[in-house]
Amino acid sequence: MMTHTQKRKLINNIVMALSTLSALIGIGFLFWILGVLIYNGVDALNMNIFTLEGAPPGYAQSGLKHALIGQLYLVGIATVIGVPLGILAGTYLSEYGQKSRLAETIRDISDIMMSAPSIVIGAFVYAIVVAPMGHFSGWAGSIALTIIMLPVILRTTDDMLQLVPSTLREAAFALGAPKYKVILQVVYRGAKAGILTGILLGIARVGGETAPLLFTSFNDNFLNTDMMEPMASLTVTMYNYATSPYDDWQKLGWAAAFILSMFILGLNIIGRIIIMKRKGR
Amino acid sequence: MATIVDIKEDIALKVKDFEFTYAGAPAPSIKKLNMPIAKNSITALIGPSGCGKTTLLRSFNRIHDLYPGNKYSGEILFHDRNILSPKEDLIGLRIQIGMIFQKPTAFPMSIFDNVAYGMKLQGIKNKTELADRVEKALQDAAIWKEVKDRLKHDANGLSGGQQQRLCIARAIAVEPEVLLFDEPTSALDPISTTGIEELVVELKERVSIIIVTHNMQQAARVSDYTGFMYLGELIELGNTEELFVNPREKLTEEYITGKFG
Repeated sequence: MMTHTQKRKLINNIVMALSTLSALIGIGFLFWILGVLIYNGVDALNMNIFTLEGAPPGYAQSGLKHALIGQLYLVGIATVIGVPLGILAGTYLSEYGQKSRLAETIRDISDIMMSAPSIVIGAFVYAIVVAPMGHFSGWAGSIALTIIMLPVILRTTDDMLQLVPSTLREAAFALGAPKYKVILQVVYRGAKAGILTGILLGIARVGGETAPLLFTSFNDNFLNTDMMEPMASLTVTMYNYATSPYDDWQKLGWAAAFILSMFILGLNIIGRIIIMKRKGR
Repeated sequence: MATIVDIKEDIALKVKDFEFTYAGAPAPSIKKLNMPIAKNSITALIGPSGCGKTTLLRSFNRIHDLYPGNKYSGEILFHDRNILSPKEDLIGLRIQIGMIFQKPTAFPMSIFDNVAYGMKLQGIKNKTELADRVEKALQDAAIWKEVKDRLKHDANGLSGGQQQRLCIARAIAVEPEVLLFDEPTSALDPISTTGIEELVVELKERVSIIIVTHNMQQAARVSDYTGFMYLGELIELGNTEELFVNPREKLTEEYITGKFG
């Protein structure tokens, strides 16, 4: 016969064992994915990957240069457009719009956009850019990525600026600073680390997108730097190579998956480090 | 009507029939208030929470204007002009009337840049002039010795009391005529508090000072004149010693003897 205390201890141990097991299963899958990626990806890596373009299956001499450079173009241009737009819009919300109806509406719409399926945004850009132009293009891809990135940067900027204490703003105004100088010289400085994290997370968010690019920048098996033409990306290339029946293409697919994962993992780790450093102060 | 003592000194600021209503509030927070502020003296504002003393203080540099919908009426005269006028140049006003806040508000930049901030806003670019004036301001704020070897360090690394003196240095660097102190020691330890109080007393040679405080002993220690406010009205303005020893209004007496508050 168990005493009341023994029973409670038993239940406690069961719950602890179950939750530990669940956590291990979750982490297990993560490490499994990483392990398979590293095993197959590192195996497929060689210098040719970075120096050679795509080739028909069976050619020993083929690489991912076209996809790497295409990815840089697509994400780079999306960043160049998306970051200033997102920061300025976030600044409007936090510093000018504040709690006005317009600002609150923009916040709601931005939150909805953040959770919109990216394939829908791909279809939207197809309708407004690809269809009128008559063909896929790098621009269409970058525009789709910008639309996906925008709400992430806008909301982090808004949140981070609101975290800056209002007394700091008042102190700057009390010294006779005009509003734009208060924002540029005091508020931005206080929120610097947070805004930077938002940018990194925004880039990481679009870096792994495939669906919107299928509709917009499509793909190219060779190096193309003309934004008016279809353009290769790591994600779409990975999709095409991985689903092909050819061994050498599948290997390239693994290499693409590995490079892409390391890139996004790196961005996330840098973001975490910035946040940790800020808390440590 | 409030009991107001005769002021021997010149008048720095004159509040006339002043009323202030916060955005959306049904009634004014300050009602028909009249009050002179003596030049090169320290005027303390005391009274229970919600009596309007901070609201009044924040009207002198119109910091209320940062939040839409607040309403002023009446006049606050400064050099014979009404600073409540919609045409008032707020940037110029805030250079002449500085403010120190309850919590230290060091900007996220170096100690030097903090003190130079107000001067840079005024377009002073000459490096030697900036360095000289920063040093002088830090000396006047009695913090130069502690920070002279780390002027390039982040100001947020200073202690609370040091940050508050840094904020005072930053405010006096632009040579204002009036300084407004909003409970400047309520976030500080007793030793830092003594330091700030001594500093405030020294500063009155150059500026006229208005200080809001919850601490009656502080008002008694530092100020020349004390104004007692209650429910948005000025009840009594007197010489500090007289007001604490021999108040003329019954309400003042009840407050300073701790009958309410």
